[in-house]
Amino acid sequence: MSQAEREPIRVPIRKDTDLTAVRQHVRALAQRTGFGLVQQTKLVTAASELARNTLLHGGGGAAEISVVHGSTGPGLSVSFVDSGPGIPDVELALSDGYSTAGGLGMGLSGSKRLVQEFAIESVPDGGTRVTVISWADPYSARQGLR
Amino acid sequence: MTSPSTIPVLDLGGLLLVSIQGELPDESAIALQEDVTAAVANTGSRGLIIDISTLDVVDSFLARVLAEVAASSRLLAARTVLVGMRPSVAITLVELGLTLPGMDTARTVTEAAASFGVTIEQADRTGRGTP
Ligand SMILES: Nc1ncnc2c1ncn2[C@@H]1O[C@H](COP(=O)(O)OP(=O)(O)OP(=O)(O)O)[C@@H](O)[C@H]1O
Ligand SMILES: [Mg+2]
Repeated sequence: MSQAEREPIRVPIRKDTDLTAVRQHVRALAQRTGFGLVQQTKLVTAASELARNTLLHGGGGAAEISVVHGSTGPGLSVSFVDSGPGIPDVELALSDGYSTAGGLGMGLSGSKRLVQEFAIESVPDGGTRVTVISWADPYSARQGLR
Repeated sequence: MTSPSTIPVLDLGGLLLVSIQGELPDESAIALQEDVTAAVANTGSRGLIIDISTLDVVDSFLARVLAEVAASSRLLAARTVLVGMRPSVAITLVELGLTLPGMDTARTVTEAAASFGVTIEQADRTGRGTP
């Protein structure tokens, strides 16, 4: 893999058309990393949800996309970073249907179900970083045990 | 006020057909909602068919726009049928927690039209009509 691919790709999230760019970058990199169609679609959808949160709730920021390697092979790590108000109660924000913005409140909780790893770091008034990891082939290890 | 969407709304013998193409920025999705609802009112159509077969991702924002188009069309006495969702999109939406309960679905535009008693002669664009 080239050095360029190991550096995270940084996509700014400042306006709603940037969400399209985030989806396209995540999809392109997922394809190159060997993701199947369903796995790809789940990650792109999660990225779309989280990038929209960065824009709407975090006041804008960026997505950082990088290729990672784990026990089941390669995957993608995508972080959504903003310096907005933060999430005061992460557990509450992660419950289905919770929204402070009149939304469906499925973005955070739903995204978590679409990926294999999910972490939120948030400081009141210090911004939010949501990191997700999805593996190209999350079942390869399990299949190996058959 | 939003600028008009670039997505054509076709009149198909008393039914409206909207084919959403490719990447849809949020603003266009909202414009689409306004255009389609206006078209339902202006034409007095009883049915609205939304073809999403070209979409490779539907997130909660777009799902909500689709659900709201269906809800406002229903208030205008038109039924909405969603057509051509890709399997990968269906799996993802269910896992996301969005099953679009208020919307009818069909495999193809032909099948959707048939549910309104409208027959479409040629095989539909998705190429998945009955052979
Ligand atoms: N980056 C962020 N910065 C600050 N608050 C956030 C951020 N992301 C999410 N939140 C908070 O978590 C809540 C839940 O987010 P979630 O994406 O689940 O729902 P939503 O964005 O309100 O609605 P939906 O995504 O369904 O349209 C938000 O309403 C908001 O209060
Ligand atoms: Mg959200």
